[in-house]
Amino acid sequence: MPDLSINFAGIESPNPFWLASAPPTNSGDQVMRAFDAGWGGAVWKTLGQPIRNVFSRYGSIDYHDHRMAGLNNIELITDRSLEDNLKEISEVKKRYPKHAVIASLMVESREEWREYVKKSEDAGVDGFELNFGCPHGMCERGMGSAVGQEPRVLKEITSWVKEDATKPVLVKLTPNVGDILDPGVAGVEGGADGLALVNTFKSLMGVDLDKMVPLPRVRDKSTNGGYCGPAVKPIAQFMVASLARDPRITIPISGIGGVSNWRDAAEYILLGSTSVQVCTAVMHYGFRIVEDMIDGLEGYMIEKGFDRIDQMVGKAVGGFVEWGDLDLNYKVKAKIHEDMCIGCELCYVACYDGAHQCIALDRDPAASAPTPGVQRPTTRVPRILDSCTGCNLCSLVCPVPGCIEMVEEETGYAPITWNEYLEKSAAGAEPRSILAPGPGAH
Amino acid sequence: MASEFAARLPADRAESGLADLKPALNEGQARAEASRCLYCFDAPCIGACPTGIDIPEFIRKIASGNYRGSARTILSANILGLSCAAVCPVEVLCAGDCVFNDKGEPPIQIGLLQRFSTEWAYDRGLRFFEKGAPTGHRVALIGAGPASLAAAHELTVLGHECVLFEGRALPGGLNTTGVAPYKMRAEMSIREVEYIKEIGFEIRTGVEVVPDGTAGTLGAASTIAFSELEREFDAIFIGVGLGPDSRQGLPGEDLAGVWGACALIERIKNSGRDEVGYDAARVKNAVVIGGGNTAIDVVRELRKLDVENVTMVYRRGEHEMPGYDHEVAYARREGVQFHLRANPTAYVPDAEDASRVGAVRLVRMELGEPDESGRRRPKPVDGSEHELPAQLVAIATGQEKLETLLGSIAGLELHWGRVKVDAASGRTGNPRYWSGGDCANGGKEVVNAAAEGKLAARSIDGAMRDGSVRRSGA
Ligand SMILES: Cc1cc2nc3c(=O)[nH]c(=O)nc-3n(C[C@H](O)[C@H](O)[C@H](O)COP(=O)(O)OP(=O)(O)OC[C@H]3O[C@@H](n4cnc5c(N)ncnc54)[C@H](O)[C@@H]3O)c2cc1C
Ligand SMILES: Cc1cc2nc3c(=O)[nH]c(=O)nc-3n(C[C@H](O)[C@H](O)[C@H](O)COP(=O)(O)O)c2cc1C
Ligand code: SF4
Repeated sequence: MPDLSINFAGIESPNPFWLASAPPTNSGDQVMRAFDAGWGGAVWKTLGQPIRNVFSRYGSIDYHDHRMAGLNNIELITDRSLEDNLKEISEVKKRYPKHAVIASLMVESREEWREYVKKSEDAGVDGFELNFGCPHGMCERGMGSAVGQEPRVLKEITSWVKEDATKPVLVKLTPNVGDILDPGVAGVEGGADGLALVNTFKSLMGVDLDKMVPLPRVRDKSTNGGYCGPAVKPIAQFMVASLARDPRITIPISGIGGVSNWRDAAEYILLGSTSVQVCTAVMHYGFRIVEDMIDGLEGYMIEKGFDRIDQMVGKAVGGFVEWGDLDLNYKVKAKIHEDMCIGCELCYVACYDGAHQCIALDRDPAASAPTPGVQRPTTRVPRILDSCTGCNLCSLVCPVPGCIEMVEEETGYAPITWNEYLEKSAAGAEPRSILAPGPGAH
Repeated sequence: MASEFAARLPADRAESGLADLKPALNEGQARAEASRCLYCFDAPCIGACPTGIDIPEFIRKIASGNYRGSARTILSANILGLSCAAVCPVEVLCAGDCVFNDKGEPPIQIGLLQRFSTEWAYDRGLRFFEKGAPTGHRVALIGAGPASLAAAHELTVLGHECVLFEGRALPGGLNTTGVAPYKMRAEMSIREVEYIKEIGFEIRTGVEVVPDGTAGTLGAASTIAFSELEREFDAIFIGVGLGPDSRQGLPGEDLAGVWGACALIERIKNSGRDEVGYDAARVKNAVVIGGGNTAIDVVRELRKLDVENVTMVYRRGEHEMPGYDHEVAYARREGVQFHLRANPTAYVPDAEDASRVGAVRLVRMELGEPDESGRRRPKPVDGSEHELPAQLVAIATGQEKLETLLGSIAGLELHWGRVKVDAASGRTGNPRYWSGGDCANGGKEVVNAAAEGKLAARSIDGAMRDGSVRRSGA
């Protein structure tokens, strides 16, 4: 069996699955139940000066039958007293010494940071996560994403904490920035031991069409909240990978955003995360989802021959490059497996109206006698034209898995990237001799 | 692995040509169906499964592409997960309790999803359990049906040495010899037995366990007496199922062409096509007596084997039939005729060949006063005798209980012919004997046998470890 345990900048954890700082880590009771279910670590709901929440605080969007494809919240940090939280943290650490318990902190003054770090360490935490990410409420008070959006401030506060803390310090980043590298690099410069991202994205969750107030509604008003869940995964993955591939980021990353199952987790790890954190999926289904994350990841590691997580971390980062470094002579074409086609013609309309007009519906009705193995009269089976641009759209809309395959085509040309192409043509190479024929200029 | 038992199964059996009623899902179909599942908390489907499989969990794992984990979830609750996937009447078990029924939407196809994951694991030879550290304890299990297989697997995991004694040539019990081929054919049952057995226990086929000093009744190659088992084994599990088809004692019951239903099904499932025992070309009309699930299985099987007129004769009305409604509905759709409120009085020889059956003589029944079960008792209508032509008759009015066999064990109590067991442990009145499956529950489903076998195994384990049972020869 592969070994799932990790060492994240000195924080040890039986597996890479951590609960993100959020309602699932509100209390010791929850965190202990989560550890019993199999979670390796928990980042406690952010500690700070007492706050007061509004009633009605989450909103979500559904995708067809699936609820909560994206979740938004306007809740603040913990609404429980520091004493209660610390007492429970120390109780959890006593009962679960091998699990990772990380204190998420968000306070203002230098003195407060010192006090919170000291008290948390006394309670026995394994590390810290500095919440520079919350994009609602707290930022209006000069904390959370207000810090995360100011690399200079972020670096300074990080260095304060590093002066006081004896345990590893993670900086949790807000994605609400122009370039995630700015706060990421500032965190490294401030001395952070690790980065955690993403926190939530600024969002409105639609509008109550009768009351004409955005959602979630608090009496007759709403405010921008933080967006998370499966819908944000691609954007979060871009940010994680952007940091992971940058040589200035020399510290481990905890990947967050839309993780619901082992696949999502494996992707984050391959994109450079040493641990992954989960919030929405647990809010949706409970702690039990970790069972699939554990044995699914084990199964994947067995299949791919990984013995330890660190062998996996970042394996896909090298494949994430700039556009100009992609091979222009790589070609794929759509192929319809006719025996699987159910005749919905969604690929046809997608390509015809929405893309490149490379699919035809021109089967001869006379030839419509069902051929063996073909479930529908062949007249309804579309035909891919030679002009196919290999864009993938038809295969993305096809409802039958495996029915439309993107098949590689040999062009007879050596691989060449745009950057190489510019270089070679500047040196006098004839475009047609180095670039396979195809639509577009050159 | 070349299989020891599969080799004993003729390749060309009558059942071989019958297709799956619910064809297996391919990967795309399984993923799509799994994605519909709501992943309920404390899901009602789990409560409706006698083996308590964590159904939402295994389905979620299909949706995430974690098929290995999915199979593990299934098999750790129920080692007979493959056959149960194929044969469980999910309509009245898990799927019947799916919350989608209350939402007015079709329930999740739990059986087919379970089949997808278990077959996926079987196809790759994935194994999830190992033989436990040897304890030196030995358990004999009588019968190699679902109950004994589940018990033996669990006991082997716990480190005990197990030997199953099976009177028939093939293991698997009714999974191999009885369940309708359009749900599961014998090769799948045998495949499952071989998979389960690989954990490391022994199956001795062709060995019938008999009361001391008596001969066998199953026609097995050899016999072994209870006293010998008691000498050689610390504990004994009885998983013998029910006995042969009940007889009615009517005139003509011994004519060629008159079959007990289970005996006929066993031929269809396990014998070569030409040995089935009826001349398919001659049989235009078949009559099946009874209204339970076995009767429905036989009529449906005969229809699928292309018998033109298949009639089900039942002494009460359709509403009183003990068979599942969904099964009755299927049979009707498949063209089975129902001859209700009638009972056979004799089997009539064929006009041309007096050794063979040619017709069934019947009498109309009407419903009288309610009996103990609250159902109105049918009684014959004078002067209503009539005949139905039949070149083949299958009598599906129940299976006998193995009272002579079981009654010979000292201290073991029988109740209506069933072995009386403690519900929490499966232990019988004789402290060295445990029991489960049809012989203890009176005849339920494969999944009940699997659950009861596992339960008994846990209790046997406890009793052997604390030394309260020990083989007399030790
Ligand atoms: C026609 C029919 C169709 C069915 N269809 C379904 C279905 O679709 N789904 C479902 O869930 N259930 C079905 N059942 C019920 C199911 O098959 C049984 O509940 C289940 O097989 C019981 O398992 P068991 O281990 O208790 O007994 P069995 O399966 O009966 O196995 C008992 C074994 O013990 C052997 N044996 C008996 N006496 C001795 C002896 N003295 N020595 C050695 N060996 C002995 C027998 O040969 C047999 O192999 C059906 C039953 C019948 C009769
Ligand atoms: C209701 C709610 C409350 C949250 N509270 C906090 C918080 O107190 N501190 C924090 O760092 N992040 C907080 N988050 C952000 C999560 O920790 C996490 O970064 C984000 O939800 C993305 O992960 P997900 O897609 O798995 O939900 C909160 C998120 C939600 C939905
Ligand atoms: S989830 Fe719980 S706290 Fe939230 S609205 Fe429902 S009952 Fe109230």
